Amino acid sequence: MSFIMELVIALLIVMGGAFSFVGSLGLIRLPDLMTRLHAPTKATTLGVGGALVASMLYFLATDGKLSIHEILISVFLFLTAPVTAHFIAKAHLHQNPDVERHLSPTGRDCGWSTYDRRSHHATEPGSQPDGSEQ
Amino acid sequence: MIDHALTFAFLAVSLALVFNLWRLAQGPTLTDRILAVDTMVINVISLIILFGIQEGTTMYFEAALLFAMFGFVSTVAYCRFILRGDVIE
Repeated sequence: MSFIMELVIALLIVMGGAFSFVGSLGLIRLPDLMTRLHAPTKATTLGVGGALVASMLYFLATDGKLSIHEILISVFLFLTAPVTAHFIAKAHLHQNPDVERHLSPTGRDCGWSTYDRRSHHATEPGSQPDGSEQ
Repeated sequence: MIDHALTFAFLAVSLALVFNLWRLAQGPTLTDRILAVDTMVINVISLIILFGIQEGTTMYFEAALLFAMFGFVSTVAYCRFILRGDVIE
Protein backbone atom coordinates (compact mmCIF):
# COMPACT_ATOMS: atom_id res chain seq x y z
CA MET A 1 0.00 0.00 0.00
CA SER A 2 1.38 3.38 -0.96
CA PHE A 3 2.04 6.07 1.61
CA ILE A 4 -0.53 8.47 0.14
CA MET A 5 -3.26 5.82 0.26
CA GLU A 6 -2.41 4.97 3.88
CA LEU A 7 -2.46 8.67 4.82
CA VAL A 8 -5.85 9.21 3.19
CA ILE A 9 -7.33 6.14 4.91
CA ALA A 10 -5.94 7.18 8.30
CA LEU A 11 -7.29 10.72 7.88
CA LEU A 12 -10.73 9.39 6.95
CA ILE A 13 -10.77 7.06 9.97
CA VAL A 14 -9.77 9.92 12.29
CA MET A 15 -12.41 12.18 10.74
CA GLY A 16 -15.09 9.54 11.19
CA GLY A 17 -14.20 8.96 14.84
CA ALA A 18 -14.02 12.69 15.56
CA PHE A 19 -17.41 13.40 14.00
CA SER A 20 -19.03 10.51 15.86
CA PHE A 21 -17.62 11.95 19.07
CA VAL A 22 -18.80 15.49 18.27
CA GLY A 23 -22.28 14.24 17.41
CA SER A 24 -22.67 12.47 20.73
CA LEU A 25 -21.12 15.39 22.60
CA GLY A 26 -23.80 17.60 21.06
CA LEU A 27 -26.40 15.07 22.18
CA ILE A 28 -25.48 15.59 25.82
CA ARG A 29 -24.54 19.30 25.69
CA LEU A 30 -27.39 20.90 23.75
CA PRO A 31 -30.30 22.18 25.85
CA ASP A 32 -33.46 21.07 24.03
CA LEU A 33 -34.65 18.09 21.99
CA MET A 34 -35.21 20.16 18.87
CA THR A 35 -31.58 21.34 19.02
CA ARG A 36 -30.37 17.89 20.05
CA LEU A 37 -31.85 16.45 16.87
CA HIS A 38 -29.20 18.33 14.87
CA ALA A 39 -26.17 16.75 16.54
CA PRO A 40 -26.46 13.05 15.59
CA THR A 41 -27.03 13.88 11.93
CA LYS A 42 -23.35 14.81 11.76
CA ALA A 43 -22.48 11.44 13.26
CA THR A 44 -24.67 9.74 10.66
CA THR A 45 -23.44 11.49 7.54
CA LEU A 46 -19.81 12.34 8.26
CA GLY A 47 -18.92 9.87 11.04
CA VAL A 48 -20.25 6.68 9.49
CA GLY A 49 -19.59 8.07 6.01
CA GLY A 50 -15.91 8.64 6.80
CA ALA A 51 -15.52 5.15 8.25
CA LEU A 52 -17.29 3.61 5.24
CA VAL A 53 -15.18 5.46 2.67
CA ALA A 54 -12.04 4.54 4.65
CA SER A 55 -12.99 0.86 4.67
CA MET A 56 -13.85 0.98 0.95
CA LEU A 57 -10.42 2.46 0.15
CA TYR A 58 -8.69 0.01 2.52
CA PHE A 59 -10.18 -3.08 0.91
CA LEU A 60 -9.60 -1.57 -2.53
CA ALA A 61 -5.93 -1.16 -1.63
CA THR A 62 -5.44 -4.57 0.03
CA ASP A 63 -7.71 -6.88 -2.00
CA GLY A 64 -7.61 -4.90 -5.22
CA LYS A 65 -11.36 -5.05 -5.83
CA LEU A 66 -14.09 -2.53 -5.10
CA SER A 67 -16.71 -3.71 -2.63
CA ILE A 68 -20.30 -2.55 -2.88
CA HIS A 69 -21.46 -3.31 0.68
CA GLU A 70 -20.26 0.05 2.01
CA ILE A 71 -22.20 1.98 -0.61
CA LEU A 72 -25.28 -0.06 0.32
CA ILE A 73 -24.92 0.81 4.02
CA SER A 74 -24.27 4.52 3.40
CA VAL A 75 -27.18 4.85 0.95
CA PHE A 76 -29.46 3.11 3.43
CA LEU A 77 -28.35 5.41 6.25
CA PHE A 78 -28.71 8.54 4.10
CA LEU A 79 -32.22 7.47 3.13
CA THR A 80 -33.41 6.60 6.62
CA ALA A 81 -31.83 9.45 8.65
CA PRO A 82 -34.39 12.13 7.59
CA VAL A 83 -37.28 9.71 8.18
CA THR A 84 -36.20 8.93 11.74
CA ALA A 85 -35.51 12.62 12.47
CA HIS A 86 -38.96 13.54 11.19
CA PHE A 87 -40.63 10.84 13.26
CA ILE A 88 -38.76 11.84 16.43
CA ALA A 89 -39.62 15.53 15.92
CA LYS A 90 -43.26 14.67 15.30
CA ALA A 91 -43.43 12.48 18.40
CA HIS A 92 -41.88 15.33 20.38
CA LEU A 93 -44.44 17.83 19.03
CA HIS A 94 -47.29 15.56 20.05
CA GLN A 95 -45.84 14.74 23.46
CA ASN A 96 -45.44 18.43 24.38
CA PRO A 97 -48.43 20.37 23.02
CA ASP A 98 -47.14 23.65 24.51
CA VAL A 99 -44.29 23.59 21.97
CA GLU A 100 -46.89 24.95 19.54
CA ARG A 101 -46.52 28.44 21.04
CA HIS A 102 -42.83 28.54 20.11
CA LEU A 103 -43.29 27.34 16.52
CA SER A 104 -42.84 29.91 13.79
CA PRO A 105 -46.06 31.33 12.31
CA THR A 106 -47.31 29.70 9.14
CA GLY A 107 -48.51 32.97 7.56
CA ARG A 108 -51.95 31.54 6.79
CA ASP A 109 -55.28 31.08 8.53
CA CYS A 110 -54.59 27.48 9.49
CA GLY A 111 -51.88 26.46 11.96
CA TRP A 112 -49.35 23.66 11.76
CA SER A 113 -51.04 20.73 10.10
CA THR A 114 -49.58 18.16 12.48
CA TYR A 115 -51.84 19.60 15.20
CA ASP A 116 -55.02 19.64 13.08
CA ARG A 117 -56.60 16.45 14.33
CA ARG A 118 -56.06 17.31 17.98
CA SER A 119 -57.43 20.86 17.70
CA HIS A 120 -60.45 19.47 15.82
CA HIS A 121 -61.15 17.12 18.71
CA ALA A 122 -60.55 19.93 21.17
CA THR A 123 -63.22 22.28 19.74
CA GLU A 124 -66.39 20.21 19.56
CA PRO A 125 -66.59 16.52 18.83
CA GLY A 126 -69.80 16.54 16.77
CA SER A 127 -69.60 19.73 14.73
CA GLN A 128 -67.33 20.61 11.84
CA PRO A 129 -65.03 23.60 12.41
CA ASP A 130 -65.58 26.72 10.31
CA GLY A 131 -64.51 26.61 6.71
CA SER A 132 -64.00 22.88 6.54
CA GLU A 133 -66.76 22.36 3.97
CA GLN A 134 -65.12 24.47 1.26
CA MET B 1 -0.34 4.78 10.72
CA ILE B 2 -3.70 3.13 10.20
CA ASP B 3 -3.29 1.32 13.53
CA HIS B 4 -2.93 4.59 15.43
CA ALA B 5 -5.86 6.11 13.55
CA LEU B 6 -7.95 3.05 14.43
CA THR B 7 -7.00 3.33 18.11
CA PHE B 8 -8.06 6.99 18.11
CA ALA B 9 -11.32 6.21 16.32
CA PHE B 10 -12.13 3.32 18.69
CA LEU B 11 -11.56 5.61 21.66
CA ALA B 12 -13.69 8.40 20.19
CA VAL B 13 -16.59 6.14 19.24
CA SER B 14 -16.51 4.34 22.60
CA LEU B 15 -16.64 7.67 24.40
CA ALA B 16 -19.52 8.68 22.13
CA LEU B 17 -21.35 5.49 23.14
CA VAL B 18 -20.84 6.37 26.81
CA PHE B 19 -22.33 9.83 26.14
CA ASN B 20 -25.31 8.23 24.41
CA LEU B 21 -25.78 5.89 27.36
CA TRP B 22 -25.77 8.89 29.69
CA ARG B 23 -28.45 10.58 27.59
CA LEU B 24 -30.43 7.33 27.52
CA ALA B 25 -30.41 7.11 31.31
CA GLN B 26 -30.79 10.84 31.95
CA GLY B 27 -33.04 11.94 29.08
CA PRO B 28 -35.81 14.15 30.44
CA THR B 29 -38.39 13.04 27.89
CA LEU B 30 -39.24 9.82 26.10
CA THR B 31 -38.24 11.19 22.70
CA ASP B 32 -34.78 12.03 24.05
CA ARG B 33 -34.34 8.36 24.88
CA ILE B 34 -35.45 7.31 21.40
CA LEU B 35 -32.93 9.74 19.90
CA ALA B 36 -30.21 8.35 22.17
CA VAL B 37 -30.96 4.76 21.06
CA ASP B 38 -30.96 5.84 17.41
CA THR B 39 -27.58 7.53 17.82
CA MET B 40 -26.25 4.48 19.66
CA VAL B 41 -27.16 2.26 16.71
CA ILE B 42 -25.31 4.62 14.35
CA ASN B 43 -22.22 4.60 16.58
CA VAL B 44 -22.31 0.80 16.80
CA ILE B 45 -22.41 0.61 12.99
CA SER B 46 -19.33 2.84 12.92
CA LEU B 47 -17.63 0.61 15.50
CA ILE B 48 -18.38 -2.57 13.52
CA ILE B 49 -16.95 -1.07 10.32
CA LEU B 50 -13.78 0.04 12.14
CA PHE B 51 -13.45 -3.45 13.63
CA GLY B 52 -13.76 -4.89 10.12
CA ILE B 53 -10.88 -2.68 8.96
CA GLN B 54 -8.77 -3.78 11.93
CA GLU B 55 -9.43 -7.47 11.35
CA GLY B 56 -9.01 -7.12 7.61
CA THR B 57 -12.15 -9.05 6.67
CA THR B 58 -15.27 -7.91 4.84
CA MET B 59 -17.37 -10.33 6.87
CA TYR B 60 -18.72 -7.69 9.24
CA PHE B 61 -20.54 -5.59 6.63
CA GLU B 62 -23.58 -7.82 6.80
CA ALA B 63 -23.73 -7.24 10.56
CA ALA B 64 -23.47 -3.47 10.00
CA LEU B 65 -26.23 -3.57 7.39
CA LEU B 66 -28.47 -5.60 9.72
CA PHE B 67 -27.84 -3.08 12.50
CA ALA B 68 -28.75 -0.21 10.18
CA MET B 69 -32.02 -1.85 9.14
CA PHE B 70 -33.05 -2.90 12.65
CA GLY B 71 -32.16 0.52 14.04
CA PHE B 72 -34.35 2.26 11.50
CA VAL B 73 -37.28 -0.10 11.96
CA SER B 74 -37.14 0.01 15.76
CA THR B 75 -36.93 3.83 15.86
CA VAL B 76 -39.89 4.22 13.51
CA ALA B 77 -41.88 1.59 15.41
CA TYR B 78 -41.23 3.29 18.75
CA CYS B 79 -42.17 6.75 17.43
CA ARG B 80 -45.29 5.34 15.83
CA PHE B 81 -46.21 3.68 19.08
CA ILE B 82 -45.97 7.05 20.85
CA LEU B 83 -47.89 8.85 18.12
CA ARG B 84 -50.71 6.37 17.52
CA GLY B 85 -50.68 4.02 20.51
CA ASP B 86 -50.19 1.12 18.12
CA VAL B 87 -47.43 -0.06 15.81
CA ILE B 88 -49.45 -1.69 13.02
CA GLU B 89 -53.05 -0.53 12.69
